[in-house]
Amino acid sequence: MQKYSVFSLIKNAFSDHQNWEVAWKDPTPKKEYDVIIIGGGGHGLATAYYLAKEHNITNVAIIEKGWIGGGNVGRNTTIIRSNYMHDDNALFSEFGMDLWRKMSQDLNYNVMFSPRGIINLAHSDAQMNAYSRRGNSMRLNGIDAVLLNREEVQKLIPMADFSDNVRFPIFGGLMQPSAGTARHDAVAWGYARQADSMGVDIIQNCEVTGFDVTNGKILGLRTSRGDIKAKKVGLCVAGSTNILAEMLNMTLPIETHLLQACVSEPVKPLLDHVVTFGAGHFYCSQSDKGEMVMGGDLDGYNSYSQRGNLPTLQHVLTEGIAMFPFLSKLKMLRTWGGIMDMSMDGSPIIDKTHIDGLYLNCGWCYGGFKATPASGWTFAHTIAQDRVHELNAGYSLNRFNTGDLIDEKGLGTKTWIS
Amino acid sequence: MLYIFCPHCGLRSQNEFAYGGDATVKRPELNKEISDQDWDNFVYLRKSPRGKHLELWHHISGCRQWIKVERDTSTHEIFKTYKADELTE
Repeated sequence: MQKYSVFSLIKNAFSDHQNWEVAWKDPTPKKEYDVIIIGGGGHGLATAYYLAKEHNITNVAIIEKGWIGGGNVGRNTTIIRSNYMHDDNALFSEFGMDLWRKMSQDLNYNVMFSPRGIINLAHSDAQMNAYSRRGNSMRLNGIDAVLLNREEVQKLIPMADFSDNVRFPIFGGLMQPSAGTARHDAVAWGYARQADSMGVDIIQNCEVTGFDVTNGKILGLRTSRGDIKAKKVGLCVAGSTNILAEMLNMTLPIETHLLQACVSEPVKPLLDHVVTFGAGHFYCSQSDKGEMVMGGDLDGYNSYSQRGNLPTLQHVLTEGIAMFPFLSKLKMLRTWGGIMDMSMDGSPIIDKTHIDGLYLNCGWCYGGFKATPASGWTFAHTIAQDRVHELNAGYSLNRFNTGDLIDEKGLGTKTWIS
Repeated sequence: MLYIFCPHCGLRSQNEFAYGGDATVKRPELNKEISDQDWDNFVYLRKSPRGKHLELWHHISGCRQWIKVERDTSTHEIFKTYKADELTE
């Protein structure tokens, strides 16, 4: 594989950038693989990469119905954080933060990781108390957390509404300085390029139409490009999890819902951090191109449509304007939607299933992008070793049966309420 | 914008309604021995189909009645709506 560097850039400039190697191949599916990962999104590509890199399993295929990076890894708001209170989430995410910091070097691909810090705004004394508790829990798990008072927040984000007659005055906030953003497409492409170079087949435009399960063991897949045998199969299909589960006669603690995001026209740099509104569901950051990147609530009813509905967007942006009044002056550049695998306790599932050789990775709710490296790493471990790693032991499928839920937000099973 | 036909009030915009989730989920019968699996099925497990989905909506800014709506989850087409106690096809 051609190494990307300033020298390769200069060298290729002389040939008008016409001679770059393709970043990944377009192979025909083989008859059989050791491992097939269904879903060529961030998590699937990362899983294949860590299977090859950490476990030396390279007879691997990624099967993708569309094109790689066309699902949620290309539709998120690029936020990376580990500001969780519960141990399972905190330790898993913080492990991921380490992988994020090393990712550009590790993948020889600039993922533009930008640890600019995330600020969760608080709008009441009770919320300050709750953030203080969460911040302390984070620090006990070795994660950086700073509780900010009103004046400290005002220094960092003076453009927020600090006037006196607002419905939700800013009391302060909880900041994780090491959180940030990364270029989402680059993450997918970086993992794809490295996985491909280690022998993984990335098979696009290939839809799974059925599974070959005999005597409780997975033997292979039926796809739109023919049957493929596999010793092990991993599902990494986010919002499409229930569609595949139905083919497997499985019912899961997952509902598929639509989440929208949008960007404004680009403006000069004014927002240095990722900021979340504490009295509703709205978050905002500024991209390197200057666009304000915004998101918030689910559309609120089961949906596979991958496109949003205006009432929710209007609601979310109303909250945005309450937080940052200047947003009302900006034109909207783009809006889009992605379908989320909403789990019943708000935490993901990375586990084996009752079918021998079939592994499940789903339930990422709002937080799939930031989990990409840690999810791939632990899922690769779970598949390769046929047992969960201690980092994803809490993300078991049967926790809904045993009662060991990880209900970070205390929302319960109404997954569409945020 | 979805427009939902409330069997009590007529056609109204989605802004008047609150979503109530899968309407096919049945609570286990009272005063009977119930296995953990039955509870699991009731509380947590959902089919979440792509296509026709029978779901509960609450006409919270209208007549405040719960209704059942048969809707396509990929096109958002609404096929039929029912009163909460009405039998569905």
